[in-house]
Amino acid sequence: MRFGIIVFPGSNCELDCQWVVERVLGQQADLIWHKEKELKDYDCLILPGGFAHGDYLRTGAIARFSPVMKAVERHAEDGGLILGICNGFQVLCEAGLLPGALLRNTSLAFICRHVHVRVENTATPFTTACRPGQVLRVPINHNEGRYYVDPATLRQLNEKGQVILRYATTGGEITDGANPNGSLDNIAGVCNEGRNVLGLMPHPERAAETLLGSTSGLLLFESIVRSGRAASPMSR
Amino acid sequence: MIRAKVYVTLKKGVLDPQGETVRGALETLGFAGVKDVRVGKFMVVTLNGVSREEASKRVEQMCKKLLANPVIEDYRFELEEG
Repeated sequence: MRFGIIVFPGSNCELDCQWVVERVLGQQADLIWHKEKELKDYDCLILPGGFAHGDYLRTGAIARFSPVMKAVERHAEDGGLILGICNGFQVLCEAGLLPGALLRNTSLAFICRHVHVRVENTATPFTTACRPGQVLRVPINHNEGRYYVDPATLRQLNEKGQVILRYATTGGEITDGANPNGSLDNIAGVCNEGRNVLGLMPHPERAAETLLGSTSGLLLFESIVRSGRAASPMSR
Repeated sequence: MIRAKVYVTLKKGVLDPQGETVRGALETLGFAGVKDVRVGKFMVVTLNGVSREEASKRVEQMCKKLLANPVIEDYRFELEEG
């Protein structure tokens, strides 16, 4: 399976993502500079974490107009997979590929620690390797991670199963105490209606090897590879 | 030359922890009666060689496209000539 990792000026998690895709999963992962206008035939694009364009104005606001984003939008329209992690999630929201926005944490602090998230929907190309309700231990590392969306859209997200991850206790309970940043309804990750675009604030690529203290983030990457095989068993 | 003063603020109902922190600090300093503080952004966009009407149109588009995010923010602007 072919992954393309979009690199903006200020991205800083692209090599971690490439490491996981190539070294842990044994798949191909190209780094793509944000000035590229045409993309090769990728199965999955990753928008990695970092501070694209310095996060000036708003997180993701400038990156959303990088030349590569037109091709990213076409990839989404064609049903290709897109995974936005942390800053990548913020860029996808600004681009309108995902609903909502990420605001400053209510805790008045930059948060960098492991949290627990519950898998709310396993019927997406990103979560087939998870059990329904499975609790993943993954790190977050952000200042603007408070998910916000208007009430009408929130209802739609819930009805259509687009909320994929929620901050939870280790036992999988959705509580205020388990919500690190004040996100609406403990939302940590959402997908689009077509379920081919996922954005999440936690960093699954930093929880993909035993050495790093958790491997539950790997489940998301394994799901993607699995869905690629299912889509085209001969070519991959 | 036309200067557009652009104000971008969080929508009503969107929690502003930064504003709330500033409000708390003002209270600590002894300023009584501060009910609420909202922190926003103020931008000055200078345009050259356009009419007032055209400037207004362009700044409106700038706000819609980039300067404000309609999901979370409201905007307004004033034009100043000279």
